[in-house]
Amino acid sequence: MKEYRTIKQIAGPLVFVEKTEPVGYNELVNIVLTDGSVKRGQVLDTSDELVVVQCFETTAGIGRDSGVRFLGEAMKMPVAKEMLGRILSGGGKPIDGGPEIIPEKRLDINGAAINPYARASPADFIQTGISTIDGTNTLVRGQKLPIFSAAGLPHNDVALQIARQAKVPGSAEEFAVVFAAMGITKEEANHFMADFERTGALESAVVFLNLADDPAVERIITPRLALTTAEYLAYELGYHVLVILTDMTNYCEALRQIGAAREEVPGRRGYPGYMYTDLASIYERAGIIKGKKGSVTQIPILTMPGDDITHPIPDLTGYITEGQIVVSRELHRKGIYPPINVLPSLSRLMNLGIGKGHTREDHKKVSDQLYAGYAEGNDLRGLVAIVGKDALSERDRGFLEFADLFEGRFVTQGIDENRTIEDTLDLGWELLATLPVEQLVRIDRELIQKYHPLYRKGAQSAGV
Amino acid sequence: MLKRISGPVVTAVGFNAHMYDVVKVGNEKLMGEVIKITGENVIIQVYEATDGIRPGEPVENTGMSLAVELGPGLLNSIYDGIQRPLEVLMEKMGSFIERGVTAPGLDRTVKWDFVPVVKAGDSVGPGAVIGTVQETESILHKIMVPPNMKGGVVREIRGGAFTVDETVCTLEDGTTLSMMQKWPVRVPRPVTVKMNPDIPLVTGQRILDSLFPIAKGGTAAIPGPFGSGKTVTQQALAKWSDAQIVVYIGCGERGNEMTEVLTEFPELEDPKTGRPLMERTVLIANTSNMPVAAREASVYTGITLAEYYRDMGYDVSLMADSTSRWAEAMREISSRLEEMPGEEGYPAYLSARLSEFYERAGRVTSLNNEQGSVTVIGAVSPPGGDFSEPVTQNTLRIVKVFWALDAKLSQRRHFPAINWLDSYSLYLGVLNDWYDTNVSPEWNTLRTWAMAVLQKESELQEIVQLVGSDALPEEEQITIEVARMLREVFLQQNAFDPVDTYCSLEKQFDIMKAIRLYADLAAAAHTAGVMPAQILAVRAKNDLPQIKFTVDYKPELERVLAQMKDEFAGLKAGAA
Ligand SMILES: Nc1ncnc2c1ncn2[C@@H]1O[C@H](COP(=O)(O)OP(=O)(O)OP(=O)(O)O)[C@@H](O)[C@H]1O
Ligand SMILES: Nc1ncnc2c1ncn2[C@@H]1O[C@H](COP(=O)(O)OP(=O)(O)O)[C@@H](O)[C@H]1O
Ligand SMILES: [Mg+2]
Ligand SMILES: [Mg+2]
Repeated sequence: MKEYRTIKQIAGPLVFVEKTEPVGYNELVNIVLTDGSVKRGQVLDTSDELVVVQCFETTAGIGRDSGVRFLGEAMKMPVAKEMLGRILSGGGKPIDGGPEIIPEKRLDINGAAINPYARASPADFIQTGISTIDGTNTLVRGQKLPIFSAAGLPHNDVALQIARQAKVPGSAEEFAVVFAAMGITKEEANHFMADFERTGALESAVVFLNLADDPAVERIITPRLALTTAEYLAYELGYHVLVILTDMTNYCEALRQIGAAREEVPGRRGYPGYMYTDLASIYERAGIIKGKKGSVTQIPILTMPGDDITHPIPDLTGYITEGQIVVSRELHRKGIYPPINVLPSLSRLMNLGIGKGHTREDHKKVSDQLYAGYAEGNDLRGLVAIVGKDALSERDRGFLEFADLFEGRFVTQGIDENRTIEDTLDLGWELLATLPVEQLVRIDRELIQKYHPLYRKGAQSAGV
Repeated sequence: MLKRISGPVVTAVGFNAHMYDVVKVGNEKLMGEVIKITGENVIIQVYEATDGIRPGEPVENTGMSLAVELGPGLLNSIYDGIQRPLEVLMEKMGSFIERGVTAPGLDRTVKWDFVPVVKAGDSVGPGAVIGTVQETESILHKIMVPPNMKGGVVREIRGGAFTVDETVCTLEDGTTLSMMQKWPVRVPRPVTVKMNPDIPLVTGQRILDSLFPIAKGGTAAIPGPFGSGKTVTQQALAKWSDAQIVVYIGCGERGNEMTEVLTEFPELEDPKTGRPLMERTVLIANTSNMPVAAREASVYTGITLAEYYRDMGYDVSLMADSTSRWAEAMREISSRLEEMPGEEGYPAYLSARLSEFYERAGRVTSLNNEQGSVTVIGAVSPPGGDFSEPVTQNTLRIVKVFWALDAKLSQRRHFPAINWLDSYSLYLGVLNDWYDTNVSPEWNTLRTWAMAVLQKESELQEIVQLVGSDALPEEEQITIEVARMLREVFLQQNAFDPVDTYCSLEKQFDIMKAIRLYADLAAAAHTAGVMPAQILAVRAKNDLPQIKFTVDYKPELERVLAQMKDEFAGLKAGAA
């Protein structure tokens, strides 16, 4: 293979190479340093005169004396079933001291778009054991449901609790977990690894670690390696795969860094104008495919800079993913775990996975009513701060108390507390029963007769 | 020959090209379109991924513009942004979209029953109908002389089963016509006259039909932050609006949403014809992870299909979800062209492109003297939910209806989360007459009353925020209650409830009238000295929400209203 020594310029993660033979767009590049070590990159722009290479690693050590080899194909990664239980670097190299992966296949890490016609509609309810998710923001198989968090909040604990507890009731199939860390600290990584080991989850997990002190640009490929692995496990080996990507904010920072190095016209707050499309090429790699056994469910985690949900990273993510679970600093300060604020949270696929035949017939209406009640009570808190509780009508006082109960009992639960969906819904009814029954306008009469504790008790004492 | 490749935009040299020519790029003959010519450099946007393409590979000019195939077989289909049938692509290359595979928009193997409506010796002009095909059970497809052909005298025409590319008609000058025609997507199809819209597109959504109606042939924008209900609202319109044909464009949005439409629509019945909704629908799916140049093309593909059915005399409604992704595709391409960016990096021609697109809506008399319409409803996804950004602002300058989605409402699960104070419809005036004659002469009065109550409430809420609701004057406590009923009973409409997802105009009117009755009785009772607390405690009004979920609601509504009158009569008697 031809090696060029025509590097003209190096700027940030970009290497500009002059006068090469025709080189393909997006093809893989090896840059050979004078000490013989090799760095990998990818072609971003190609013409006869100049080729722009984006390095996946730091450009430290690359000079005009380095050699450049074009490999003639896009970056592929070796995949195999035996990757389960392994720990790899953010660039895909084993770092657990184990042997090299013997590939069963080599796959293009960029994947290809799923034909929308080939998708099957997600419908299997995943019970996470967390009431604010199962009850009011239900996760289903094949969904992409991110956690919107912020610095200093326990999003990792929430993600781990989901990973530990997630199951599809009545199904024996287990999840394989693909975990991709991008720029998280060693300490955070240890927290994840310790939990995976403690629960034995590591055996059915593939871990990719790009830590805070690893090269930032490597983060561009880490999620793609993880998703390529997940797709292989899901669509070729039939696993139901749960992919956890953390922290997408670090990924986006790396994207911004490359954009800046290319001197592109930046979009909002300096992030590239194509960030929506780029993020979609990651998040859309979730789903179920007709005629294939497995599924890919994604839980990306991101930390909102300045707790700002309108920041481009959460904003563009929310526009692509099928909802979001929002972790709130306010609830965390009140000492509530998991501090999930249901109001801005949403699961768009919830309706597909709940109700008769999935969870329970009253699920949707209970959820709607809990929301309405909590929202109303929460609004009244602002008012109480000004006019005092006494100025409230009796009706309003009821909702105010409901909001406290909701946070104290429905939201709050133990870090190892695994509630069944029945527990969650019954708890919801118990709280709703503190409101006058005629205020439950979101629930139809038949369901009230059947599930409202008032009538249930009545029914029992009547011996029915 | 290719000179430079940088993502979806490539530069080629050494061939003669014209703007918007369709070209085949590289050894794999990927489809592309000429979007800029500078000196001998021809800049091409490519509709497929360009990975691995190298400088030096060939480029071939087809000399034609990007065009769609029009003819029987469009309905019931799902296409990508450049009209490749996704079902066929799946058969050819499996579950993932690989590149370099082409498939014609219309199936060449299906035979359609062609019934001539003209005979030898008749003369036919551009747009004239020469025959029909029963495309689906409820849609009669009219085969027309292409508008860009001059027509002539029919020499021979034959009925029977033909594929779309077989000749069915020959003119005296030798021109042959088949059931298929091609039309360049970026060119509006000509019409005889554009008329002013004055008939509503009835959507079955209470807040839309009653407060902010759209006319057939009109334009609407529905902006909102993520999760506020753009897609659900558009899907509800695609399901229940009284259009005869629906073109639904998933432009840079989620794959699973298209799957949802694909699984739901064949199961749902068109309330008017009783036939599966899918039979009147064409889907264009160019999801967020599909090539961005094809996303740019998808809205043009969609509107061209819509115009084609309009030309047959149908009322077509087109949903584009989301026009912001289309604008972003323009921005992405523009920035690769290193054009001088306008506001927030969008190209300077953003505003022109948006108005050209919405201008293709309208109620028209077609070349063959049929009346048809294209109603365009575009979702807008403003970054951070901030409506001051360029796409929202440029859109609002063009469209006549603004349905403003509000995150505060959606977070409370008040759906549809359309803000009743910010939204508007400029068609209200022209539609008054229609509602007068077709629903009730009281309709417009009721509507004005409801808006006034809601407006009043928002003023009162400001006071409540300062002093609490108990401090309000008594009659205003009643106003607050009436407004609550309007919001919770009338405006809220659950798109996922099997009954409430669609509400007939008659039912809308009945519900609104019931609330008005409560308001009137309450005012009278208050004048008669009844305490507000008692008025607010009237039980009958608690039964009103149930009406929404009841199919045969009339008897129950009668009962509730009778009870309401009784209760008020009782209160008045007590006060006297
Ligand atoms: N779903 C709802 N349920 C109850 N009240 C609502 C609902 N939606 C809106 N409102 C009431 O309508 C009023 C107007 O809505 P909105 O929240 O948009 O206005 P706002 O609070 O004045 O907005 P801003 O803070 O942006 O000026 C609110 O003050 C609120 O009291
Ligand atoms: N009319 C409605 N009735 C019930 N739920 C709705 C309605 N409109 C929106 N929703 C809820 O809001 C969620 C987000 O709506 P969606 O249309 O996907 O938002 P957007 O397209 O604006 O991002 C839906 O998944 C659904 O749960
Ligand atoms: Mg949407
Ligand atoms: Mg949506």
